[in-house]
Amino acid sequence: MGCNRREFLKIAGLSTLLGAGGNAAFELLRPGALEASEFVEGKRSLEAGRWSMVIDMRKCLGERNCTKCMDACHETHNVPDFGNRKDEVKWIWKEPFENTFPDQENEFQTEELEGKPFVVLCNHCEHPPCVRVCPTQATFKRKKDGLVMMDYHRCIGCRFCMAACPYGSRSFNWRIPRTAHNLQQHRNPEYPTRTKGVVEKCTFCDERLAVGLGPKCVEACDEKALIFGDLDDPKSVVREIIRNNYSIRRKPELGTNPSVFYLI
Amino acid sequence: MYDAGKIIIGLIVFLGFATFPIWHDGGKAVSAPEPEITAYAKKIGHCVEPEKWMRANHMQLLDHWRDAAVREDKRVYVSSTGEEYDISLQNTCLRCHSNKEKFCDRCHQFAGVHELYCWDCHLESKEMKKWAATDESF
Ligand code: HEC
Ligand code: HEC
Ligand code: HEC
Repeated sequence: MGCNRREFLKIAGLSTLLGAGGNAAFELLRPGALEASEFVEGKRSLEAGRWSMVIDMRKCLGERNCTKCMDACHETHNVPDFGNRKDEVKWIWKEPFENTFPDQENEFQTEELEGKPFVVLCNHCEHPPCVRVCPTQATFKRKKDGLVMMDYHRCIGCRFCMAACPYGSRSFNWRIPRTAHNLQQHRNPEYPTRTKGVVEKCTFCDERLAVGLGPKCVEACDEKALIFGDLDDPKSVVREIIRNNYSIRRKPELGTNPSVFYLI
Repeated sequence: MYDAGKIIIGLIVFLGFATFPIWHDGGKAVSAPEPEITAYAKKIGHCVEPEKWMRANHMQLLDHWRDAAVREDKRVYVSSTGEEYDISLQNTCLRCHSNKEKFCDRCHQFAGVHELYCWDCHLESKEMKKWAATDESF
């Protein structure tokens, strides 16, 4: 972290000249870290080249008022519910077909699809516009597996990312989340809340992937309508499904290359 | 010298006031409050790093923990003594220091550190309060 090989050699060389090698040089390079300490990935951590999701709308019971995936996600991540659309915060939610795929603008649609509620969430784009506009790198794309991450510690609430995201996947906290009625009653003690003035969204459950678990929404769906896997691995479940079924993605013409696929 | 008496009395009174803080406290320094160590932490017997180092550097360590976990996906900390800890403010630091009020807060108040904004997001849950209660009744 912090310095490349060249800088390291410069500082190490300089401090040796000054008779301040060893620990002193270490202090210069990594302030506040002890010599032998290190950070490593958890042993159970799940790895992928590019995480992605298939949403099988043929199996989804969203039409019949099922909200299991959303409830599970929002409960796990302490997402506030203020009971009105103006203050709404959402990580995974329902959107009618026409709004999910505005580019599928047939004048007439099959009855089946007309107004059908689709499950939508952050698309974890390969080229995320939100990341390009974030002035503090609070939102960034994780190199190793393509997750579009949120570092809530850095978010200054400018909302450029919300303007940039073509999918409406980001919510701003207009009110103190902990004052929401659901968070007054119940909080998951293992995950932090957010504060007023920061933007939040789905991160494909990075904190669960780190301990060997898949996303919560996938786990919560009894119909197995949500399937999670590695898009870079030709042998993965998601690749297999995409190979054998016609799938569509949201607004691919924008060049964001979304990682969420829909079967209709 | 005119009014020598008045001047001398005035001087004595002035010196008295000026040196008040010194003789009032008798040269004693106000001692820092002892942060309370829970029975649970005592049983384990040590912090993630040596106590003296922790006292001086815990805020920087927490910054490293935060960046490692959130930005680099490294969620395990191997201490200088080779022990492994899951990186979590809520679930690791506060598991041992579940008596946050009598540990973190007490020392911060004395040292004049502002109320930490970390707790606006990071929860001290009921569970931790439960830990604290059971830990203290050991
Ligand atoms: C705006 C809300 C917010 C504030 C303020 C905040 N955090 Fe966090 N922090 C989070 C969230 C949410 C996560 C979990 C991110 C994840 O797992 O992807 C987190 C994760 C962390 C982690 C790593 C993993 C964990 O669960 O502990 C550390 C360490 C941490 N924060 C330290 C701090 C410290 C120290 C402060 C205060 C100086 C602070 N945070 C303030 C929201 C916040
Ligand atoms: C395994 C239990 C344990 C964990 C986890 C732990 N501590 Fe400690 N901590 C202790 C004990 C026990 C002490 C008492 C000193 C000693 O014996 O090392 C202590 C001492 C300290 C001190 C010095 C107090 C003093 O009297 O000066 C600070 C500051 C501190 N801890 C902060 C933290 C922070 C911040 C974390 C999380 C990064 C943390 N601790 C995690 C057990 C723990
Ligand atoms: C022995 C006294 C002591 C204890 C115990 C202690 N702290 Fe601190 N802490 C300090 C001091 C002193 C500072 C301010 C240092 C400075 O300003 O450079 C500080 C600063 C901090 C900061 C940075 C604050 C800021 O506004 O930048 C964080 C975060 C922090 N402490 C977390 C903790 C947590 C969490 C615990 C309990 C697990 C804890 N501290 C226990 C003495 C203590």
